[in-house]
Amino acid sequence: MERWARSSDCAPDAPVALTVEGTHGPVIHAVTKAAAERGARAGARLTDARALDPALIAIPADPEGDIALVQRLACWAGRWSPLVEVDGGNALRLDVTGIAHLFGGERGLARDIQRRFAKLGLTTRLAIAPTAAAAWALAHHAPCICSDDAEAKLAPLHASALRLDADTIRTLERLGLKTIGALIGVPRLALARRFRGAEDVVDALDRMFGRKAEALTALPSDPPPRAALRLEEPATHPEAAGHALEQLIPGLVRQLQERHLGARRLSLHGFRVDGSVAVATVATTIPSREPKHLQRLLADKADALDPEFGFDAFALIAEWTEDLRATQESLVEEPSGEREVARLVDRLTVKLGPRRVRRPQPCESHLPERANEWLPALRKGEPIALPPVRRPQRLLDRPEAIDVIYATPEGMPRRFVWRRAVHDITRVEGPERIAPEWWRERSNARLRDYYRVEDEAGRRYWIYRDGLIGDGRGGLPNWFIHGLFG
Amino acid sequence: MAAGLTLVGGGAIRTPKISQLPSGLGERWQLPAPSSPTLSELFAVHPRDGGWVGFLLPQLATGKPLLWVQDRMAIHESGRIYPPGLPSRNLIHVETRDARDALWAMEEGLRCAGLSAVIGEIWGDPKALDFTATRRLAVASERSGVAAFLIRLGGHANLSGARMRWRLASAPSLANDLDGRAPGLPAWDADLFRGRGMPPGRWSVAHEAGLFHLVAGAGSGTLGEVERLRA
Repeated sequence: MERWARSSDCAPDAPVALTVEGTHGPVIHAVTKAAAERGARAGARLTDARALDPALIAIPADPEGDIALVQRLACWAGRWSPLVEVDGGNALRLDVTGIAHLFGGERGLARDIQRRFAKLGLTTRLAIAPTAAAAWALAHHAPCICSDDAEAKLAPLHASALRLDADTIRTLERLGLKTIGALIGVPRLALARRFRGAEDVVDALDRMFGRKAEALTALPSDPPPRAALRLEEPATHPEAAGHALEQLIPGLVRQLQERHLGARRLSLHGFRVDGSVAVATVATTIPSREPKHLQRLLADKADALDPEFGFDAFALIAEWTEDLRATQESLVEEPSGEREVARLVDRLTVKLGPRRVRRPQPCESHLPERANEWLPALRKGEPIALPPVRRPQRLLDRPEAIDVIYATPEGMPRRFVWRRAVHDITRVEGPERIAPEWWRERSNARLRDYYRVEDEAGRRYWIYRDGLIGDGRGGLPNWFIHGLFG
Repeated sequence: MAAGLTLVGGGAIRTPKISQLPSGLGERWQLPAPSSPTLSELFAVHPRDGGWVGFLLPQLATGKPLLWVQDRMAIHESGRIYPPGLPSRNLIHVETRDARDALWAMEEGLRCAGLSAVIGEIWGDPKALDFTATRRLAVASERSGVAAFLIRLGGHANLSGARMRWRLASAPSLANDLDGRAPGLPAWDADLFRGRGMPPGRWSVAHEAGLFHLVAGAGSGTLGEVERLRA
């Protein structure tokens, strides 16, 4: 509802209901305050609400958009806690163990969260409790912050706060166990026996009172090294991210050092005031925790982050790390330089992109264009030993058609025209016949007869005739130039 | 093919005359090389002549990886390097959009002592390639001890900070003992028109078994010798 109100320009006191399609016509999903006063309720049919107030405005709801918003907000909530879980379509669960003091205690944290969400135009119902289930129950039924007196606060809540299915709750109600306090009074054995087949009431109670662990599903077992920075005032100048990076790198490097890790992929998250996150990511060839190198890699990308309405927090996360012990390359010899080359590859890749910085990888194929594959230099190829063949030093990306004069159709070429320049062939060697790879290509692919030719100036080229006369795979064979010899 | 016939029609087809070709290798030739690694500039006399690659490759140290930078036009005009034809596959290839990026990539490479050499191919006379840019490369190369080769395809020899400047063209190859009609050992016409601390000169050379040789019978030498021969 609030998401809709924020994006529309409707009068704030208009009676509006957002509807979703139900089995028997549209059902109200959410209502404005004005509509609620006139009798519209979430969950009611639109026709019933219209009967009460014919002036009700119905607008289709957008549940997918709501879910996307909650997902985005979950990312944004990373500013408070590294462990955030999306719970259902409208709730976020944050693990704030040992975090609250950073924001001035639990009260300060709650106030901060409420204030920031309010700035986004969203109302929050917030509760902090010792267990996730208790926090959910309190947030939905009686928002408050409780640290030690959870049982007293939870006791008056309705049994539905246990998040059991409707049938179980109805049974409980019939038995007169309407509140959680009443349930606590019942002996465990009796409860367990009564609700054997249905959803486990005892289990839910245990989770609520911390007798049974409940893990947040978003909880990574080993959170990646992360350094965070919060700004007093939102920074809108473009260098903000660069400055933040400078301050974050030492903290991250210290964490990497303590855990003997090296970063393979780093990302800088800039949290904007409007609830969106800007991310800059770089990857490295070998694990590294060298502050200077990491900073140089990220600096350009960080400066390119758009602050829009301003960043008010930053986090630098080593998303992918590898084991990196302190090593000494050698005592006496010169350093191999492998590390420097890896760093060079990182820098080039960051600036030019992985598709432009590449390493050759030999392949088992006789076709010249397939015999060598270019892999991104960030990836390591495996060495393959291939028999030495005479190949040109340069190859055109795609063979170019040339006009050739030959003595006899199957004989040696005598003269060719390439890019409008005439080359008189003085010497020829060949042909070297390369058959098509029938298991890969279409059946009409033709064989190639490659010739090494030298023109009157001494320039050496690699040309081929595509096919033979009368091979039944096309007309007269065409000639192509494919490479240049050094 | 018929179109091709009319295009070049009328010209007499020349058959190779073995007797006219340079017979073989002459005396050993010492490549005029600087005492320490620095920036050399190589001009391909004809942009679509790959001959300079053959002249350059024997000069490169082996063992360490090579950084080979090509700008987009150089790849388009004279092809991409092809590792199966190179002596070593231990290289990093960088393809850049323009000369500015190519020069940047070369300079980054020259700061890295783990490379054996940096080769950069640049097409034409881009604005980014001025005296300052070449001077920067030369200084970076001398500081790190990594040899740099700036290859100019289809460019003019304007002001440059390079210590050595070569103009290279393919020359008719030597006679092939096994097959009279086939190209033999490649030969090059190498013209050193600027060299710090060494006299310029022009030679016709070939490379065999790790050594450069003069081509027998070709008039060549340092500038002084040429003039003496003319006189």
